[in-house]
Amino acid sequence: MIGDTLLLQVAAVTDIAPGLRHLRLVAADGGKLPPAAAGAHVQFVLEGAARTWRNAYSLVSRPGARDAWEIIVRRVPTSRGGSAFIHEQIKVGDRLVAGWPGNLFAPVRIARHHLMIAGGIGITPFLSYLAEFGFTGAGHALHVCCREGEKDVFGPWLGNSPAVAFHWDADGHRLDIPALLASQPAGTHLYVCGPAAMNDEVMAAAAAAGWPASHVHCEHFGSALSGGDPFRAFLARSGIEVDVAEDESLLDAIERAGVAAPCLCRGGACGVCVTPLLEGEAEHRDHFLSAEERAAGRLIMPCVSRARAGRLVLDL
Amino acid sequence: MSIAFKPEETFRGDYSYRNSDAAILRFPFPFPEDKYMYSVNIEPHVRSGPSDVFLRPFDVDEHYIAECRDRAITLERDPGRCQVLPHMMLAQWDTLELLMENLSADYPEHFSLVKEGDDFGSRWTWTNRPLGIEQSFIFGDAATLPCEPFEYITRQAQGDFAICDQRDDNLYMDAGMVTSQADWSLEFDVGMSFMEWHGPVPLAHQTGVFERALKYLLMLRLGQPVRRLNWTMTINPRLDTSPESFPEWGTDRASVTPDNAGRKVHLRVELQTLWRLPRSNAILFPIRCYLASLDDLARVPKWGARLHRVLSTLPPQLVEYKGLTRYLPAALEWLARHDDGRELPVGTEAGVSTLG
Ligand code: HEM
Ligand code: FES
Repeated sequence: MIGDTLLLQVAAVTDIAPGLRHLRLVAADGGKLPPAAAGAHVQFVLEGAARTWRNAYSLVSRPGARDAWEIIVRRVPTSRGGSAFIHEQIKVGDRLVAGWPGNLFAPVRIARHHLMIAGGIGITPFLSYLAEFGFTGAGHALHVCCREGEKDVFGPWLGNSPAVAFHWDADGHRLDIPALLASQPAGTHLYVCGPAAMNDEVMAAAAAAGWPASHVHCEHFGSALSGGDPFRAFLARSGIEVDVAEDESLLDAIERAGVAAPCLCRGGACGVCVTPLLEGEAEHRDHFLSAEERAAGRLIMPCVSRARAGRLVLDL
Repeated sequence: MSIAFKPEETFRGDYSYRNSDAAILRFPFPFPEDKYMYSVNIEPHVRSGPSDVFLRPFDVDEHYIAECRDRAITLERDPGRCQVLPHMMLAQWDTLELLMENLSADYPEHFSLVKEGDDFGSRWTWTNRPLGIEQSFIFGDAATLPCEPFEYITRQAQGDFAICDQRDDNLYMDAGMVTSQADWSLEFDVGMSFMEWHGPVPLAHQTGVFERALKYLLMLRLGQPVRRLNWTMTINPRLDTSPESFPEWGTDRASVTPDNAGRKVHLRVELQTLWRLPRSNAILFPIRCYLASLDDLARVPKWGARLHRVLSTLPPQLVEYKGLTRYLPAALEWLARHDDGRELPVGTEAGVSTLG
């Protein structure tokens, strides 16, 4: 079990709801895929006509599955374009390159109880959590905040589990986060994955209720991926000037220019892409740099962060 | 690949362990230069390197059967050498799968694995010909094996194993099968964090070695194992040099003389690999131990001379920590006869294809 990239083939494409597309992918050579864990994601290389995207998606296949991987992709209106590509272009039989699974959001196995809160498509990592907890028997509950009409979309993954509850924006159906947190048994670990505003609200409520940080986990990647104003960056060591378009990341633009930059999560979480910033002011969107490092202004995470104004000069 | 096992050799009592010439030539000699100091010496665990022991991710050699028997003897006397905390069950299955898949793929003459499926709940049949074992079981159901999956498979593997759970940006030694360790105790370390269990190591904390190693390991990727070599010295070819059994081997250190050092003093090299496990997200840390006497090593002229230089310049803190103080002068006197002072090429390769 050694390798870093795989060639996959699209085995099935299903639109499970408006704007939600489910892909089933198998190894193009007909062999077995490496097994992956609850919370794992895979980075896909999406070769569009004019450009290439590298997007990471949570696997929603059974943990340990080796016959096929499954992902659910929401079409993001302001996305970098990768999700639009999947919704418009991908068809059965297409081949795409993917990395081996990574995992920045694994369940904590010493937890006495697992409390999961999902917002919309943020449910995806928890679909594999549910499968694992179903197997190991670990105590768990999943609260999903979504539109009322989206309740049934994930039915095939949820079964009739009594541990899953839905909440939506109507009187009597909203999730009372402080009340939920207050009713948890000691030793519970809390996981949240959803829009940034929801993540922040849950994290703040947990902090206010005195939860130790070690028991609160947030899936960041995927939440900070939307683009922004276009800008230019100069790669000082390579002597190359790159234009970063509004729908791509600085890292995408660097790679498009043919410069190999280290990266792993592509979501501002892992720290692998950290790059010295020689000039310019960054708009930091990562979850890696400390407040002091941001204030010092000497480092940037090109996978998510952009220019606040004008041009950046990177030591790359 | 056919291996001529030596099932009768022993690692205690009469210490009949011996290396064949081929085993000496493939010994993973750890010193590329004349001096040694701790560093973050981690590199990808690819199927190549300066010694044949790197050709396969889990190396099996002529000592396989005898090492498995020695482990069984130690476990019989002290079952606490295998410990697994309850939350590590997924990691146990990950380890069993990794070892069975690699051993059967790399040594099809000796091991085979037949699966009816890959998922938990599938029936698997494992055959280990050197040890005469055939076992049919349900992957994911510990009750279908004679003991828990981690103990089951590591009883059939050379080298020690630790499994580290990853949480809170740290690694915790939450499982282990440790019967051939260089004087550390699983009983003591189990449940500890990376910095805690490395606490006794001198000098390396101050230079940031452990801080950088931990950061690197937290990002270790599935499918991209890494390796490093570690080393110490042992009197007699003994695998079980644990604190628990110290009374049985500690006094051997006083028995070394310049005349018997060649036979008694062994270089003990650990090929340590690190694997991200797929289901549990834990890290498996196999510690594969190779022993060669000074007599063995001196048959490779470069190695005899280089070992002399490394040991004579070793920082005193490392001499003390590795427990060499008592017999180092005798070993150096013996090795000096094999060092003519000429310049040695950088690198660990033997540089010869037959032994002197
Ligand atoms: C995560 C898996 C690892 C485990 C389970 C592990 C375990 C241990 C243990 C139990 C000891 C003995 C400490 C004692 O004296 O009680 C040790 C020593 C040591 N470890 Fe690790 N270790 C791991 C990874 C690493 C890595 C990645 C490095 C890289 C620099 C490292 C460097 C060392 C060094 C330099 C020593 C001293 C060895 C000697 O001089 O004999 N370890 N380790
Ligand atoms: S690639 Fe992980 S932080 Fe940028």
